[in-house]
Amino acid sequence: MCKAFESNMVLDDLNLFIKRGETKVIIGRSGTGKSVLLKNVIGLIRPDYGSIKIHGKEVTNLSEREYNKIRMEMGMVFQGGALFDSMNVADNVAFILNEFMRLDEKTVRDRVKDALALVGLKGIESMMPSELSGGMKKRVSLARVLCMEPQIILYDEPTSEVDPITADAINNLIVEMHDKLKVTSIVVTHDMNAAFKIADSIAMLYRGKVIAEGKPDEIRGSRHPVVQQFIHGESVGPISEDEHLVFGHIK
Amino acid sequence: MSNAIEYLGLSVIQFVRYIGALSILFAQTVYWIFTPPFKNLRFLEQAKRIGPGSFFISSLVALFVGMILALQMAYQMQKLSSEIYIASVVAVSLTRELAPVLTALIVAGRIGAGITAEIGSMTVTEQVDALKAFATNPVRYLVVPRFLALIVMLPVLTIFADIVGIFGGFLICVFKLSIGPAMYFTMVVESLVVKDIVTGLIKTVFFGMIIALVGCHQGLTAKGGAEGVGRATTVSVVTSFILIIVTDCLCTAIFYFIFKT
Repeated sequence: MCKAFESNMVLDDLNLFIKRGETKVIIGRSGTGKSVLLKNVIGLIRPDYGSIKIHGKEVTNLSEREYNKIRMEMGMVFQGGALFDSMNVADNVAFILNEFMRLDEKTVRDRVKDALALVGLKGIESMMPSELSGGMKKRVSLARVLCMEPQIILYDEPTSEVDPITADAINNLIVEMHDKLKVTSIVVTHDMNAAFKIADSIAMLYRGKVIAEGKPDEIRGSRHPVVQQFIHGESVGPISEDEHLVFGHIK
Repeated sequence: MSNAIEYLGLSVIQFVRYIGALSILFAQTVYWIFTPPFKNLRFLEQAKRIGPGSFFISSLVALFVGMILALQMAYQMQKLSSEIYIASVVAVSLTRELAPVLTALIVAGRIGAGITAEIGSMTVTEQVDALKAFATNPVRYLVVPRFLALIVMLPVLTIFADIVGIFGGFLICVFKLSIGPAMYFTMVVESLVVKDIVTGLIKTVFFGMIIALVGCHQGLTAKGGAEGVGRATTVSVVTSFILIIVTDCLCTAIFYFIFKT
């Protein structure tokens, strides 16, 4: 598929296959189109050219109403959490239950409590998003997705802005959902520790294309210089040369 | 010269595009209004915010406008020894024109700006994307309750503004110009006809639509973080003001020809 914003070709003939139940981690520099890819999958933006199939169904040309049926099986954890400011934590987590399911108050309350417990939060149901830290927002956002029991979860930087302990807990949760619930996950991240820990397969995005794809060990052992520079987090290398990145020094 | 023509052409294209975008949003809003299931709670929340929240300020302005109008009329009418007609002028100008327009402008400044700021900040922080990701149409969830609340509450606020404005004129007429209270109300009742009140209220339904659509459209298309939301809010208020005045002029002209006889 291809996606451009005006003259900027963000995804350029990108080709990616994700198996059912797999955790696919997408890595790549900021601005390479990782989030754009997730938004294309969930239908927030549509590709300019090409095809996206979910569970074998072509979704590129679906109407919003038809896409919503697909979305009911998918959840997305947004980069900044994207919690609804006007609702407290409980209402945020219960959003999909309140909007689409006719459940009694106690069932909703219990499911909210369980979802929050899964992400290591309790007793914060009445708090407003503005009272939460960045990490807590992200975990509530994950609880909101868990509450809808999706088959596919898209994570946009799930461990950014969280402390290492919480990051590890989130990674464990992604692994558990893969192992126990067979949830398909697409995780966009810069965090290589997280990527190697949770991934069944890693794809590296560069200049709108997948330049390397494989199991974590294959990516770790890749001889591609761009992959090597990225996974080792070095400021000097082919990416810097390619993008004319010049970092200053203190004199 | 060619630059001026180019600028004019671009402005016309932008204006047509803007009206087109508002029309599409209007069509989507109407579609979702009549599509079940209906969530009345969100409408009531918005109505509560718009109605009681704006009552004090719109009534205060109407009170002073009624008083000012009576004083300004007194200046002219005293020369003609026709002070008695001040009540009629106050009542007719308030119900037909001033109360609807001023209330709409106040609500556009207070509520329209708030709508844009709220939806705009939701847009730039991906909350609107989150709504879509949770299979929820943003027009249905965000625009419909505000649209309905505005077209219901703006006429209600205008009725109160009519009453309070006429009471403002009463204060000046009775305590300053020595017109008897009974005489004032007799003149008000005699001069007002149903169409004065109805035409004023019909206008406010259109004004309510304008405030809701412009406010929501600017919010949903906001870009560029806090600065973008600020810019969208300013554009929302200015556009609403202009469209309210233009619509008022159009409605007045149409009503003039319809109710000429």
